[in-house]
Amino acid sequence: MTVTTEAAAPPTRPGPGAADPDLDLAELDGLRTVPARHPLRWAAGITALVLLVQFGHGLATNPGWDWPTFRLYFTADSILRAIGITLQLTFYGTVLGFTLGAVVAAMRLSRSTILRAIAWGYVWVFRSIPLIVQLVFWFNLSYLYKRLGFGIPFGPTFGEFEVVGVLSALGAAVLGLGLHQAAFAAEIIRGGILAVDGGQREAAAALGIPRWRQAWRIVLPQAMRGILPAAANEVVSLLKGTSVVYVMAIGELFYQAQVIYGRTGRVVPLLMVATVWYVLLTTLLSVVQYYVERHFARGAERTPPPTPWQRLRAAVPALPARLPGGRG
Amino acid sequence: MTTLTKSAPTPAPMVRVRGLHKSYGPLEVLRGVDLDVPAGSVTVVLGPSGSGKSTLLRTINHLEKLDRGHVAIDGELIGYRRSGDKLYELKEREVLRQRTGIGFVFQNFNLFPHLTVLENLVEAPVAALRRPKAAARAAALALLERVGLADKAAAYPRQLSGGQQQRVAIARALALEPKVLLFDEPTSALDPELVGEVLDVLKDLARSGTTMIVVTHEIGFAREVADTVVFMDGGVVVEQGPPAEVLDRPRHERTRAFLAKVL
Repeated sequence: MTVTTEAAAPPTRPGPGAADPDLDLAELDGLRTVPARHPLRWAAGITALVLLVQFGHGLATNPGWDWPTFRLYFTADSILRAIGITLQLTFYGTVLGFTLGAVVAAMRLSRSTILRAIAWGYVWVFRSIPLIVQLVFWFNLSYLYKRLGFGIPFGPTFGEFEVVGVLSALGAAVLGLGLHQAAFAAEIIRGGILAVDGGQREAAAALGIPRWRQAWRIVLPQAMRGILPAAANEVVSLLKGTSVVYVMAIGELFYQAQVIYGRTGRVVPLLMVATVWYVLLTTLLSVVQYYVERHFARGAERTPPPTPWQRLRAAVPALPARLPGGRG
Repeated sequence: MTTLTKSAPTPAPMVRVRGLHKSYGPLEVLRGVDLDVPAGSVTVVLGPSGSGKSTLLRTINHLEKLDRGHVAIDGELIGYRRSGDKLYELKEREVLRQRTGIGFVFQNFNLFPHLTVLENLVEAPVAALRRPKAAARAAALALLERVGLADKAAAYPRQLSGGQQQRVAIARALALEPKVLLFDEPTSALDPELVGEVLDVLKDLARSGTTMIVVTHEIGFAREVADTVVFMDGGVVVEQGPPAEVLDRPRHERTRAFLAKVL
């Protein structure tokens, strides 16, 4: 194809850019360009901001929020103790949930049909039962099984204990949360492992690397990148989900807030106490998540992304190079 | 070197493949493949896609199970043991041990992206052969030197070009000091200008007397380096011989048709 004159351009081409007969292309040389303006975009943004400011103003000035009561109870001993219990439930629930979840995920990925079927069944059952129903069930376990014992299945028993004595309300709650969590954790872990390129396992196998090391050293660290965002979601959701165990009369944060407003009648400020604490704890978890994800991003990008502190330092050069005791 | 190998008496081939059959469901990928690869020689396998050449390579280190036939390397049956008139598949642990003697280089490199180049090379010697870490590191650095990437030891694979990644993958396979090196289309995933640097490494290995089986579409490489060219089509070896015969005076119509397309 050769271009000869301007007249040689395709003569009748409908659609965008239909030829403008007045346009003299030669006159366009060296003109400045101006980006398109978006007045509506600005108007929408400003409206949203005004509404937000109005809401904030209401929070500060409406006496119904009762901030003095909020301040009174925010760091009250009973509330702090309740946070301790919430954190314990979250911690043990996460540990039990993800440990058992990892086992169930490994079973679902195993070559044994029987193990795969059992794991599938576990996930099916524990995903199907609402958490609150499960918790009440565990709470009443001693009604179903008075005594539990260790021994050979269908054979002799070596030792026995009373269910009521061993399984406290807190233990039942951890068991319920953990078993429930394990079903979801299993699917998240399985998803992360499936997302790792099959060539990685194959390369490890071709190099003769033992099977458990293929999993721990090659596949899992790469799977973690896919697992972590969803897993962090689960931990946050578990943190807030612990508020469900108030049905078992365990003194966690939400239950304690209820106890106090039941006594004082100040519902809204105490709900705010619980809310702000949940937000603070979730924020803390989000920060931890950021650094853990950063750790497992090794090699994923050509240059690792800067930490928030490094970003802040780029903006404010006077800050020290490293946080005291931090990784910088 | 290559002429030396050819004239030397070879009592038993390094790689001996007999009567390989392999199906994926109704699709018969290998339909009775025989192949002998003498120690220190370079065999290049050519053929249209779907001819079974990659499958053949993958059966040699037992990444694929066999339906019938056997593979032996240096006199050792791979992936199976004989008992009576049957071949029983070995336990995975045994297969993994056998694979440490068989280097495999993939089309897509399959480097471990979360490990540095050095860690990629050290992993298998330490984990599979129980070499001391320090010795494995020293050997790895020497290998990186050999493929011209000594300065990339601390880099992560994604920071390298495709050609550099494939050279690292070759060094990783060499780190186990294998008896045989298998290459599955090692340059097919590379930009054209990066093919040369990888082929140079292969040529260097060939000159040093490494036993190699290379599946490739690089006819020029086959002509220059191969001791034997094997042409496969439809799951069988159609013909094999020195490059001058198979590439320049093919006896079979299918070989001629294939070469006419790729040359």
